[in-house]
Order: sequence, then structure tokens, then C-alpha cells
Amino acid sequence: MSWTLIALLLLPLAGSLVVAFLRGNDRLAKLVALAVSLVELVFAVLAWVAYDPDGARLQLTSSVEWIPAFGVRLSLGVDGIALVMIALIAFLVPVVIGGSWADKLPEGRSAGGFFALLLAMQTGMVGVFAATDVFLFYVFFEAVLVPMYFLIGRFGGPNRQYAAMKFFLYSLLGGLVMLASVIGVYVAAADKLGEGTMDWATLVTVTRDLPLSTQIWLFLGFFAAFAIKAPLVPLHTWLPDAGAEAPVGAGVLLVGILDKIGTFGFLRYCLPLFPLASQELAPLVLVLAVIGILYGSLLAVGQSDMKRFVAYTSIAHFGFIALGIFAFSSQAGAGAVLYMVNHGISTGMLFLVVGMVMARGGSRLIEDYGGMAKLTPVLAGLFFVAGLSSLALPGTNSFVSEFLVLVGSFPNEPVFTVLAAVGMVLAALYVLWLYQRVFQGPVRGTALVDATGGPGAAVDPERAALPDLGKRELAVLAPLVALILVLGFYPKPVLDVITPSVGATLSEVGVADPVAQEGK
Amino acid sequence: MTEPVAASGIAGLAWLLLALPALGAAVLLLGGKRTDRWGHLLGCATVIATFVYGAALFFTTLGQSPEARTSELHLFDWVPVNALTVEFALRLDPLSLTFVLLITGVGSLIHIYSIGYMAHEAGRRRFFAYLNLFVAAMLLLVLGNGFVTLYFGWEGVGLASYLLIGWYQHKPEAASAAKKAFLMNRVGDLGLAIAIFIMFKELGTTQYTEVFARVGELSSAEVLAITLLLLLGACGKSGQFPLQAWLPDAMAGPTPVSALIHAATMVTAGVYLIARSNPIYNLSADGRLVVMIIGAFTLLIGCVIGCAYDDFKKVLAYSTVSQIGYMILAVGLGPLGYALGIMHLLTHGFFKAGLFLGAGSVMHGMNDEGNIRRMGGLAKLMPITFVTWTLGYLALIGFPFLSGYFSKDAIIAAAFSQEGWRGWVFGGVAALGAAITAFYMTRLLLLVFLGQPRWKELKSEDGREYHPHESPLSMTVPMIVLAFGSVGAGFFFSSGDNLAGWLAPSLGELQEQHGVLGHTAVNFLTLGLSALGVLVAWLLFGRKPQPVRRPERVSFPVRAARADLYGNALNEALFARPGTWLTRALVFVDNKGVDGLVNGTAALLGGSSGRLRRLQTGFVRSYALSMLLGAICVLGALLMVRFS
Repeated sequence: MSWTLIALLLLPLAGSLVVAFLRGNDRLAKLVALAVSLVELVFAVLAWVAYDPDGARLQLTSSVEWIPAFGVRLSLGVDGIALVMIALIAFLVPVVIGGSWADKLPEGRSAGGFFALLLAMQTGMVGVFAATDVFLFYVFFEAVLVPMYFLIGRFGGPNRQYAAMKFFLYSLLGGLVMLASVIGVYVAAADKLGEGTMDWATLVTVTRDLPLSTQIWLFLGFFAAFAIKAPLVPLHTWLPDAGAEAPVGAGVLLVGILDKIGTFGFLRYCLPLFPLASQELAPLVLVLAVIGILYGSLLAVGQSDMKRFVAYTSIAHFGFIALGIFAFSSQAGAGAVLYMVNHGISTGMLFLVVGMVMARGGSRLIEDYGGMAKLTPVLAGLFFVAGLSSLALPGTNSFVSEFLVLVGSFPNEPVFTVLAAVGMVLAALYVLWLYQRVFQGPVRGTALVDATGGPGAAVDPERAALPDLGKRELAVLAPLVALILVLGFYPKPVLDVITPSVGATLSEVGVADPVAQEGK
Repeated sequence: MTEPVAASGIAGLAWLLLALPALGAAVLLLGGKRTDRWGHLLGCATVIATFVYGAALFFTTLGQSPEARTSELHLFDWVPVNALTVEFALRLDPLSLTFVLLITGVGSLIHIYSIGYMAHEAGRRRFFAYLNLFVAAMLLLVLGNGFVTLYFGWEGVGLASYLLIGWYQHKPEAASAAKKAFLMNRVGDLGLAIAIFIMFKELGTTQYTEVFARVGELSSAEVLAITLLLLLGACGKSGQFPLQAWLPDAMAGPTPVSALIHAATMVTAGVYLIARSNPIYNLSADGRLVVMIIGAFTLLIGCVIGCAYDDFKKVLAYSTVSQIGYMILAVGLGPLGYALGIMHLLTHGFFKAGLFLGAGSVMHGMNDEGNIRRMGGLAKLMPITFVTWTLGYLALIGFPFLSGYFSKDAIIAAAFSQEGWRGWVFGGVAALGAAITAFYMTRLLLLVFLGQPRWKELKSEDGREYHPHESPLSMTVPMIVLAFGSVGAGFFFSSGDNLAGWLAPSLGELQEQHGVLGHTAVNFLTLGLSALGVLVAWLLFGRKPQPVRRPERVSFPVRAARADLYGNALNEALFARPGTWLTRALVFVDNKGVDGLVNGTAALLGGSSGRLRRLQTGFVRSYALSMLLGAICVLGALLMVRFS
């Protein structure tokens, strides 16, 4: 019985309740939220230290009986994949709290409510990755929707009601389809074992022997939910709306963590539970993945709204992750998991810097800006760093993961890999073109004119007094930049945690590495 | 190929080669305005220190036996996942050490030159940070001991190039040129990346030592594929056809950048890549043939377009395109030419950097004017610039016993030394290129430094009169040093096969053979053709005063050359415009089509669109409704289970 995960799960929930009662005192609410999230980060570090990469399949486990009639238990545990995601959550939440510190909230909304919802969501997110009981996973999968729904619907942009409902309906419908499969898996286990169970590790040993046709149906149930979460084209259209309307901090967690539930679900549920179906349907997923990369990239190029832009780049990135998962090699798989972490960092940073641009110009539209590098050079530089990470330049974290996905996918899937690699060129195009339009050229654009009080479309750079990044904003971005570089140069500690779990997943699928290790 | 030994002694500190300039860049970027006062000095100091260490390393290695000259310094495992191990490690061998000297030597000179050239720039500190970043990335490119570390440096120099081309980022054309350079390079990088993927798939490794040792296990088709994909990478970085169009635009950057990155070092990385991969290219005659075709074709189009431009730096840029074409042609010759390609790369590094610095000096003294038709007669006013530039000019056109005479003629002779049609075609193209090179370079010399001072009657764009003057010492001294290189490097490198012998552990022995035309005949042919080029240029531009406006009623070849032989128009028609349409169409489809379809389906399922709208507006009720819906589904599913 390990208490680490239980603490990680309950601490933010407790913090959320406390913060919810501090509605009258915004400053205290923020401080408590930040303190809670930092303690949570310490717990995550402890979990990281306690985890043995070469140890058991699931570690830091704990289990309590919940609904004995259905064999449902409150079981927690992590493998390397879940561990890095929980670490990412613990890292991003304090960053998001810092980043949302000075957000202008809609009329009548208190900061306490906002930060209480953030912390509540943290519990839900940790639960999704830490649950080792399939029903418990389902409960967290649905539960995490609720705080995000309120974050978008209550604190979002002008079109927030529509976006929140769209997000909610998509996810809920996906979840219901998954529930049918969860029940199917339960029934299959009950048939085989004589008594029902929802324990993941037990179910894996049962479902892998199911006939292919049954596996395909059950696989599709899970897959539908996950393909909506980590949006694969054509199930992606909720993301640009939700990402654009969500307040920046919630957007970071939405794209950085919530969407990863989908790719995590592929790895934890689709592959080990239904190995035959996974292999059978892999070509289909690969097609969707490659379409996602190219389609998402091209749409990112064509966006006129910066937040929608970030959402579409994410759709392209999720294509890379799905490619890495379904290419069935340890390099591609490890690359995909590392990509999940890196994308959280770099897209999180991209969302935050976009938010900082908007905080100055008051507009989401790209055309309302121009030549900002002249006015806010530090913001421009950090925006550029986030962009470089997004286009996977070597030296940044994303290069390692994108390289691993591609080099690992190539032996099994050369055609899909080459098509996906075209996304590298498109990524350079969408990042640099956005940067050019917002930051380069002469100072111009209505947002900057409004902010600086000058008339007409051209702004006098001498008179424009747009403030560059302040201390709080620098403190929020600094840890992200540090991680981008550290993971770009020395990803080994993270890869060492990920690789054995990816290897275990692949052996559960029953595939061998296409490029075998010498001497093993 | 010699097996590398573990680096020891002074070589154990080779990580300093990367760390020093990287540290300089980091301090200057993070230090902000506090470093304004001494930032440029720090920038110079790190690169000069790197040069000093590199020279020490070079001479130490020179004292060792040829077998012991290849060593590796392991720093850490960069990307290890099961069968894949990408090391972060340095390979110190004659080839990489030669590049270290070129990069840090020319780099030091250009850093010093930039102190004067950028003296009036507000962000000079940042400029030096980017230059330092470039040096670090370029050193990683040549020192990395595998294809992935090469790729790291490869894209790293691309980043530095982007930042420096876009230095004047308030100018839209500079920002566009920077983006164009990065994008066209990424297309090339794609080739390099896919070549790496093939190596991993077939050999399970991407490290030089293992790839080169086991490349014989590959099928000939795989080897051919790798050679062509690496060539694509080389074309992107080195401005070779069909990816040449970014390099002339890159002249939007400050002139020291053009000299260091877009003439002497970065753009020659493609030549380095092919020379470094010589064990692969040795196995594929077809691959080498394609390399030669690309090199020969590019050297021709480069010098043809170079004849048509009136922009000082753009002529030099196309000259660079063309001269790198010679180098690519040389390395395409295989064992006949690897060392010759590297030799021309080095001599070109000296004289082209000198020519660019000279151009910068002229523009510096002429209110940043770049149009050679608005110059003329500057020789008397800028004597040091004139003399050093002319030495570079003579070296480039292959004047006897100057650098280019040894390095370029050796390539032409090697091209002729092939048997059959290859000897005639590639030798002929290379010799023809020498004639055209002599023509356009003489045109530059006549229009800029000799003839009538056409600028006397004119004013620059900002309304000031021209007062041409010689540049300060910090600028002229580097030019003088480079001029010495332009004069003597070729002789030094080729006497007794100095360079080829030194490079043999990396590139194999330089082979010679007698093909369609002997060495002496080629020598006279090239000299004759070059003299002809000079003569024609003098007849056209030297005898009578030239108009300030360029003549517009010109023949088709001139119009074509002025339009870059329609390279940009082709890119525009093939990629840019269809790409724009595709993107717009997709955005429309995604907003109306995909989203509409999904919304519509949802509406249908919900019975009517009205109900959906109510879901979206009446918040509490609809939330309850959806929970109810969910509960019903759960119950239904459970019931089904019970009855099944």
C-alpha cells in the first residue's frame, strides 16, 4: 500500500475545497492554490524517486474495495508512462496558476472559483492516469470534464457557452461509447473467470484471448472516446472552439493534459487489452494520424486567430503521437510518450505567450498585430523559443520526441513516416509565418494602436509604450524554457523511465522491435 | 577509413570548442542590456579562444602518425532507446579539424570586422550572440560523430542563419528572406532526416564509425537512396539546384553575416556532408553521377545569373552558388575529387569572405548603397579595400599562382580526367563556368572600382550625398589577412599534395587518372577561357561610360537571367500559390464542412436543431438532460449485460 498516489490525488481536492471557500479574498485564494500546487509538485518528485524503472509493471499501488457486486475497486498505480504524465501535471499546474494570476475574469466571477476549479481538475487528471481499475478510470475520465466545462463556460471568451457545450457533448458521447466497451470487457472477464473484475492487470490476461471480431468491437468503443480526446481528424472540431474560448490557463491544461488522456488511453487500454484488434486496425489509425499531421498543419497555416492556431498545431502534434503509438516499435512508442510530455511543455508555453500577447493587445486576431518585436523584445524572444520547440528544432525537447517517433516508425511504416515527415516542413512554415506576422516588419495593427492610443494603422514605435514582460511573467516562462532545453539536450532520465513501460506494452501487444538490439 | 581511438591529452578538452562560443551566446542573450558595453568583446574573445585551442589541437594532431589522427570524445548518450543509441560525441579527425580552423579562423576575423561594421547598431550585443551561436552550431555540425549530431548542428546553423538574415526584422523583405531560407533548408533537411531513418532501419545505427563500416551490407538501391537523400540535404544547405533560390535573398542580412555564413562556412556544409559520407558515395556510381550533374548544372546557372545582377552582394551570392557548384561537382567525382572539393572550399572560404568584406566596406562607405551602377571609380578613395578586393577577385577567376588557380583548376582538370562523355561534358561545363566567372567578376571590378565615379551626381535613398571613404582598421585588417589567404592558400594546400595527404585518413587517398584531356592542356584551356571572359567584360563595360539606370531593352537571355532563370517564378507557381489555395480551401471545409457535418449529425440525433440550441443555451436544464441521457445509457447497457 503506497500512499504517494493517494496523496497526489487527494491534496488538490482538499486544496480546491479550501480555495472555494476563499471567494471573498482573491489574493489569499491564489496564494493557497499556488502553495497547494507546489506541495503537489514535491509529492510528484517523491513519486518519481520512489519509482523503479526496471521494477514491476505497475508500482506505487494501493487498492480499496468499492463496489464488490461488480468487482470494482479503488485501485491506483503507475507505470513509467503514467508517472511522467503525473509529473507533467504537477509541473504545469503551478505554472498555470502563476500564468493566470492576473487574468481579467468575466464580470461577477471570483478568482477563488477559478483556482478551485483548477485544483479540482488536477485531482481528476491525476486520477485518470493513476487509476488501475477500468471502471475507476472511466469515472475519472468523465469527472474531469466537469471542472473543465465550468472553466470554459464560466471564465472563457465571448463564445464560451457554445464552446463549453460542444466540448462537453463530444467528450461525454465518447465516454458513453467507451462505457459500453468497459461493460463488454467486464462481461468477458466474468465469463472467463467466473466472477467479474475491473482490475486492469487481470483484464489484460483475459481480453487478449478474445476472438478478433469481439476485440474489434470492444477496441472501437475505447478508441472512439480516445480519438475524440486526442482529437484525430475528423473528430477534432471541438478543440479549436474549446481551445480558443477557454481562458489561457485552462487552455494549457486542456491541450497539455486532458487531450493526452486519449493517447494515454491508446497505450494503456487499446493496445494491451485488444492486441489482435490493435494490429488489425493499426493501418486505419495510421491513416488518421498522417491525415491529422498534414491537415492540422495546413489549417494552422491558414488560421487568423492565434488561439485557434495553437489548437490546430496540436492536432498535427497528436498525429505524430498516434503515429508513434501505432507504429509498434520501442523507439516510436517511447518517442510518442516523450512527445506527450514535450507537447505539454511547448504548447503550454505557446498558449501562455499567446495569452501574454493578447493581454497587451486585447485581440486574438493575428492581423491586429505587427512588428511587436520592436516594442516587446523579450516577449518576442520567448514567443520564438516556444515556436522553435513547436517546430522541433534540435536542441529543444520536441526534436528528441519527433525524431524518435519518425525514426522508430520508419522500419515498420516507411510510407506513413515519410508523409508525416513532410509535417516538419509545414511546422516551420506555420510557426515562422505566425512569428513574422505578429512580431516582424514595421509596427502596425489595430490592437497595438488601441493599446498605445495612436490613430491610424501605423504605430509610432517611439510613442508606443507597450510594456514588455514583467517579473511574474518571466518567472512563469523561465521553468518552461529551462525544461525545453534540458530535455532537448539530456532526455535520458525521462527516456529511462518511459522505455521499459513502452517495451512492456509492446510485448503485451505481442510485437517484436523491428530493429533488434544487438546481443539481446 | 581509420578506426577512431578515444581522445586523450589536449583533445580531451575538445568540448571547449562547443562550450566557449555557446557560453558567449548564452551570456549575451541572458545578460540583456547589462552586457551592451562589453558584449562584442566577449563575442570576439570566445571565438578567438576557440581558434587558439583549435590550432593547438591541430598541431598536436599533425604531430601524430596518420593512423592515430582520428579520435573520438564521448560526452554523453543523447537519445538512447533500446537498439537506438545516439551519442553526443565529437569526432576529431583531419577533416573536422580542418573545418574547425576554417570556421574559427574566418569566424574570428569576421567577429573583429563586425565590431566596426555594426558599431552604429543598437542591438550589436545580440548580433554577436547570434554569431557566437552560429559558430557553436557550425562546430557541432562538423565535429559530431554521427548523422544525428550533424543534423543537430545542421538545423542549428539554419536557426542562426534565420536570425541573422532577419537581423533588420523591421524590414518586411528581410523577414521574408529569413523565413524563405529556413523553409527551403527544411525541405533539404527532410532528405537528410529520411536518409538517417533508412540507416537506422537497415543498420540499426546512425554513428559514422558503424555506418561506414557496415555500409557494404546495404543493397545498391538503398545506397543510392541514401546518397540522393543526403544530396537533397546538401542542396538545401548549400544553395544548389533546385533549392538555390534562398541564398541570394539571404543577402538581406548584414554583410559580415553574408561573408561568414553565406559564403565561407555554412553554405559549404553540403560539401562537407558528401565528403564526410565518402564511404557511402564510393559505393554508388549512380549517386555520384547525380551529384556531379547537380553541381555542374548549378555552377552554370549560378554564374549566368551572376552576370545579370546590379546588386553587389547578389552577384557575389550567385558567385557563391556557382563556386559551391564546383565543390559539389568535385566531391561527385568521388576519390578523384573529395580532397579537391575540400581544398576549393577552403580557398573559397578565404577569397569569398574577403570579397564580401570588401563589398561591405564599400557599402559602409557609400551610405549602404548596394547598386553597382551607382558606384564607379572607388579605387582611389578606398585603396585598401580596392587592393584586397582585387586580390580576392584574381584568386577567384584563377589568376596564375593565386588560390583559385590551384583549387578551381584542379577541379576542372579532375572533371576532364574522366573517361568518355563524362570527361567532356563535366570538364566542358566546368571550363565554360570559369570563362563566365571571369566575365561577371571583371564586370563587378570595372563598375565598382574603376571607370567614371557615377555616384557624384546622385544621392542615396535617404537623401544624403555620397562621401565614399576607407573603412576603419577593425574592418580593413581582417580584409588584409584574408587577402593573404587568397594569395597563398592555394599554393600552400597543393604543394606536394599537402592537404590531400593530410585529409587522406578521412577521405581516402586522392586518386589521379588521365581521361579525355591532360592536366597541362586543361591548364591552358582554362587560362585562355578566363582571359577571354575578362576581355569580353572589358569590351562591354570597360571602354565606355556606363548608364546609371540599367538598360531595359535587352535580349531574352539577359531578361531570363535577371529573373533568376525563373527559379522563383517556378517555386511560386508550383508550391506557393497552390499551397495558399489548398490552405484556404481546407480552412473553409473545416469550418463549414467537417464541423457542420458533425454538428448536423448531432442535431439529427437530437431530433431537431432546435433541441441542440436549447442544449447550448439553457445551461442547467441541459446539463441535467445530458446527465439523464448518460444514466439511461448506463442502465441500458447494464440491463443488456444482465439479459445476455
